Amino acid sequence: MDQTVSIEKPPARLGSRIHGGLLALVLLLVFNALVTPNFLQLQTLFVNISQVATIAIVAMGMTLVIATGGIDLSVGAVMALAGALAPLIFLSEFGVAYPALGVAVAFILPLIVAGFCGLFNGAMVAVLGIQPIIATLILFISGRGIAQVLTNGNLQTFSNPAFSYLGTGKILGLPFQGWLALAIACVLFLTITRTTWGRYLLAVGGNERAAFLSGGPVRRVKIGAYVICAVLSGLAGLIVVAINSASDAARNGNLMELDAIAAAVVGGALLQGGRAPIFGAILGAIIIQLVKYTLLANGVEDEVALIAKALIIVAAVWIQQRRKA
Amino acid sequence: MLDESAFDLRRMLQRNSASVTVWAVLFALIVFGLLRYENFGSAYNITSFLNYNAMFIAIALGMCFVIMTGGIDLSVGSVAAFTSVVAAYLSPYGIQVALPGAIAAGLAFGAINAFFVIVLHIPPFIATLATMLGAKGGALVISGAQTISVDWTSNFTKLGMENAAGILPWTILIVGVLAVALWIILEKTTIGRTVLAIGGSEDASALMGLKVNRAKAFVYILSGGCAGLAGVFLASGFGAGQPLEGIGWELSAIASVVVGGTLLTGGLGSVPATVAGALLLGLVFNILNFENGRGTISFSAYWQMVIRGGFLFVVILFQARLMARHQKAAA
Repeated sequence: MDQTVSIEKPPARLGSRIHGGLLALVLLLVFNALVTPNFLQLQTLFVNISQVATIAIVAMGMTLVIATGGIDLSVGAVMALAGALAPLIFLSEFGVAYPALGVAVAFILPLIVAGFCGLFNGAMVAVLGIQPIIATLILFISGRGIAQVLTNGNLQTFSNPAFSYLGTGKILGLPFQGWLALAIACVLFLTITRTTWGRYLLAVGGNERAAFLSGGPVRRVKIGAYVICAVLSGLAGLIVVAINSASDAARNGNLMELDAIAAAVVGGALLQGGRAPIFGAILGAIIIQLVKYTLLANGVEDEVALIAKALIIVAAVWIQQRRKA
Repeated sequence: MLDESAFDLRRMLQRNSASVTVWAVLFALIVFGLLRYENFGSAYNITSFLNYNAMFIAIALGMCFVIMTGGIDLSVGSVAAFTSVVAAYLSPYGIQVALPGAIAAGLAFGAINAFFVIVLHIPPFIATLATMLGAKGGALVISGAQTISVDWTSNFTKLGMENAAGILPWTILIVGVLAVALWIILEKTTIGRTVLAIGGSEDASALMGLKVNRAKAFVYILSGGCAGLAGVFLASGFGAGQPLEGIGWELSAIASVVVGGTLLTGGLGSVPATVAGALLLGLVFNILNFENGRGTISFSAYWQMVIRGGFLFVVILFQARLMARHQKAAA
């Protein structure tokens, strides 16, 4: 294992990476403006922002986990679990009797449960020393199963304006979850750049042993990254449920781990760890969503879109590996 | 001299504690099943159990080799789905064409994985994840997202539905031969020893002049071929090429390998124990089915996922202990 990834990022390289991502974005936008019918319309923007927001929120959490040199496969399952819990709560007797309190609990409790999922992942990785892929595989399999057991595999539909605001609300004419994603990005950015926890996060990913030997709270930092990632996934799960006014445990967050990893990597996260480009994750999420949208809007079948996504992931990681070499 | 050649039971048990455990648990479960369920030991249950699990054993064998190099292959399920469609399309020409054709398709996917990992230096987990998506998309494209019915008039379905000499299913016989061959390759050939050496330390293996890239290419292509074989079993046993099948197969395979005591970090592993691990995993579900049949417990398909995850959790805890002991022994 090479542990030579530097924590300090060389400015020139950072510039070229961001430029690469931005260039891809500009190319996609120009292509769509020319080819895709009805692309330059406000409706298109809204649709894409609400999709980008969920990917971006998960991708930011994934970026933190990847910064520690880990990976979290369970994000989609955690989305399904949180998304299944919320309607169960505000549709329960308690939720119907106390609507305001019911909605509040429906926001908070799923996030707490998601946090515990993250704690489980983090403890497996940081305390027991299990490889992140394998550790998070457990919840990847059983998380969605638990969500389906809770709902008996049924689609839960509901009409609850207060809860649906999370997915359909607008501020200054733009979708609420877009602002939410932006706010989360700012908080995470400040946390990474301005707090000791943030510095340790990068240090752990850069060289775990060195971070440990210099007295860094390696375990706490790692567990923290998994917990944040899981809570953000839970939030994304709630957003998806709010957008649809329905919770489908089988589909909520399905294959999200791929989108999130792809967005994080396209955004400049190094799989070896040591780097946490939060705004890069948003850029990555925009690119991933635009590619999906471009294919969909131009009548390319879903199956082919899967292959395109696979190629993007390979290309992004390949470029990254070449830069490193 | 005498000491080395003499069979020392205690030393063998100590050295292979994980393998011994899995065989012991497997034996215990079989005895439990025989005592508790009337039809457990029936020829029908045994042959259908072996026939059904042959494809999982095949995949686990390939996965075992990949994991021994410290890698992972997440694409096996999708590749099996893809090759099951290929096999279904080739089924009118008979098993003599469909079997090699589908395995060739699997080998090709393995070669793509090998190319990504060795030439492009993409981490195995990401590379095989991409292949997983690609194979899944490919399977849906070539099948038009439909299950493809096989040709029942040719000899294709004989492989998956009939027994050799009326005793053992053909599938398990093929897998048995494969397992023995791979066991010999691992224990007796240069490439097999290189596989284990890479898992121990890739850098050290390269510095010692071992052909690291050749061995890595071998394991990924082998894993693809095993997935191809499983695809043929799937199409032949169920009478259709199934592009949507194979979800979660990589997990079963990983679990089988881990249960068999192969270290996830590579460098240590056993072919027979992997077979035992796959059988054990299958047996757990066989017994759960019998319990379901008796009405003692009843659970939906959703519970199966939870149980599967829980089982993996237990296995991983067991592995973590094993790994700690292994590290202590090495230090």
